[in-house]
Amino acid sequence: MHCLWCDQEIIPEVTWQYLLFPEPPRKICSNCERGLVLLAGKRCSSCSRVTDQGICNDCRRFENDSAWKNVLTFNKSIYSYNGLLQEMITKWKYRGDYQLREVFSYHFRDLFNQSFGKKQVVVVPIPLSEQRLLERGFNQAESLAQLLETPYQHLLTRIHGEKQSKKTRRERIESENPFQVLAQVSNPVVLIDDIYTTGTTLRHAARLLKDTGCPEVYSFTLARG
Amino acid sequence: MTNLFTSIHSFFNPTYDWIPQVVNNSKHELEESYPNRYAGKLLLQTEISLEQSTFTHLLSANYFTAVTAIEKHLFGHRCRRCGNQTKRMFASFPCARCGTTHVYCRRCIEMGQITSCQPLYYWTGPTPVWKAQEKACQWVGELSRYQKKASERIAMTMKRGNDELLVWAVCGAGKTEMLFDGIGKSLKQGKRVCLATPRTDVVRELLPRFHTAFPSTIISGLYGGSEDKDGNGQLVLSTTHQLFRFAHAFDVVIIDEIDAFPFHAEPTLSFAANRAAKQDAARIYLTATPRKMQRQKVEAKKLKAVFVPVRFHGYPLPVPKLQMDFDLKSALKNYSPPKSFFSWYHKRVNRQRQLLIFVPTIKLAEEMVAKLANTLNLDKGDAIHHVHASDPDRAERVQQYRDKKFSILITTTILERGVTFPSVDVVVIDAGHVVFDEAALVQIAGRAGRSPNDPTGEVIFHHDGKTTAIVQAIKSIKKMNQRGRKL
Ligand SMILES: [Zn+2]
Ligand SMILES: [Zn+2]
Ligand SMILES: [Zn+2]
Ligand SMILES: [Zn+2]
Repeated sequence: MHCLWCDQEIIPEVTWQYLLFPEPPRKICSNCERGLVLLAGKRCSSCSRVTDQGICNDCRRFENDSAWKNVLTFNKSIYSYNGLLQEMITKWKYRGDYQLREVFSYHFRDLFNQSFGKKQVVVVPIPLSEQRLLERGFNQAESLAQLLETPYQHLLTRIHGEKQSKKTRRERIESENPFQVLAQVSNPVVLIDDIYTTGTTLRHAARLLKDTGCPEVYSFTLARG
Repeated sequence: MTNLFTSIHSFFNPTYDWIPQVVNNSKHELEESYPNRYAGKLLLQTEISLEQSTFTHLLSANYFTAVTAIEKHLFGHRCRRCGNQTKRMFASFPCARCGTTHVYCRRCIEMGQITSCQPLYYWTGPTPVWKAQEKACQWVGELSRYQKKASERIAMTMKRGNDELLVWAVCGAGKTEMLFDGIGKSLKQGKRVCLATPRTDVVRELLPRFHTAFPSTIISGLYGGSEDKDGNGQLVLSTTHQLFRFAHAFDVVIIDEIDAFPFHAEPTLSFAANRAAKQDAARIYLTATPRKMQRQKVEAKKLKAVFVPVRFHGYPLPVPKLQMDFDLKSALKNYSPPKSFFSWYHKRVNRQRQLLIFVPTIKLAEEMVAKLANTLNLDKGDAIHHVHASDPDRAERVQQYRDKKFSILITTTILERGVTFPSVDVVVIDAGHVVFDEAALVQIAGRAGRSPNDPTGEVIFHHDGKTTAIVQAIKSIKKMNQRGRKL
């Protein structure tokens, strides 16, 4: 086995423990593993960001805004969006190294089961617009959703719009909703995406789902940007 | 049976017969710059900066031809761009573009994804015509008679084409100047020339020298992070990695340091270098320390060679002095050089010289800086620094050292070749360590005595037991000096 990131050979330490309970084959070497930081400690209860305020300023702003209040119950993220993770996500999502998703598979499944395992939820990956999908070749959110044991559903489509990143926070929130709902659900939904940045995209999707009768919407993301 | 044999054979022996020939030679209504921009390259559509409609037209008129990017073999795949055929460097994914699950190459993915559904495009229109030059080479300088002999052989090989020549020249022989005449004549004939080297530092150093020598030639310098990404020059100076976009592009391919890591270690780089050359190209290989395989080929007369056993200033190579240290291991535990180093240091012949210290590991390089600064009572940060391969400030540090801003540089093998300093003494700590193979030690010794103003220089190998590499390195240095005396 070679590290999916640095291509060093991974030699498992063979102990009695290991022989009796062999670990699942590791996807990255311990050196690279150390570079990925799992979010832990005091965090915003609403978006997973590390803070000791209980609920962070960004989330408070959403909750004080009648348009966004209670739209998204909470977001769970796994990793801190540090330099290494940024590099990995770039290579995976933009360069197209699809296989790199396996680096995240263990924690992605594990934390999902911890957070949503007991609920009767429907998993919904955030879609890409048709044009983006053809550019990239695959949808990163969908490829993450496939890592879970819970089957996923395509409940949303996305209309191609201008790049959101050039707008201010206000403009982004006020900009038109890029999504459309394909079918109604009566179960709670967990939206899947790679990064939670401002949380606006996820809230747009959540609001539409709620408007069409979904009782509760959560999001589950790889990184808290 | 024959089929099985052919497929095994083709997997292990790459062929380039899939590179298309010219199909549409008509220049009618064709934008003049296209052949120079696109010929000899394997490009993804995203790398061709043309309007979709223009591109579609050029494709349907066969000015571009699509080439399958990944070859399928009985035992796996081969990427036609980077030559990768390692199984774990291929993966598959459900492709939204074509709706099937198929393979892509992980190795060269930074240059854009290569899949089995996305072809590479190759220019099959007219071949480029370069601006005629009355006298391409403007270099004025004297060659030593050994350089001159080699220069003539090089020019002859380039003129003849379809031939190979190994130039076995000692460190400091002045190999760049030996190339100028042949390159100038080739450019004048309208040929396209490429000089590939394993190191970015070398491309950066050579670029201004070539601009001065060939002022009216379009020259491209390609390395990771270079401004020029396209390589549209008639003369291309490139790292071997940047050859991944070229196919049957060059009439003359010069490969610098044919023995060097990573060229020697990575078969995909020789795949790329071979592919970049036209079938009837002249190939010149430069080396100061040929590998065994290359020496055997020369001895068996399967590879033509020319020797340049003397440095351009005419002085012999400094022969390393061996210093046996029983305290080496215990000294290294404290990140310190052995005792004998200090007694040598305090009475060395020429104190004006800077000191270049090679150590086997990054850790040693880092830790020894403080240790030496302390023991020698030097100002750390002012007089002494270290560099290693993943050091982001490496280029800057090396330049400061070259400008004599500080006096002692501790380095890993990263500075063993390519980089020249005018006046240094060279010390290798733990020369018996495995990272110092014969070629590395010869190269390291070759850092001393590079300038005609200070053509000698001390080279000391500290060890606690001679290795074959140490013995062979000294033997081969002496042998070259002997050969030089006979001439
Ligand atoms: Zn690794
Ligand atoms: Zn928050
Ligand atoms: Zn490749
Ligand atoms: Zn496809």
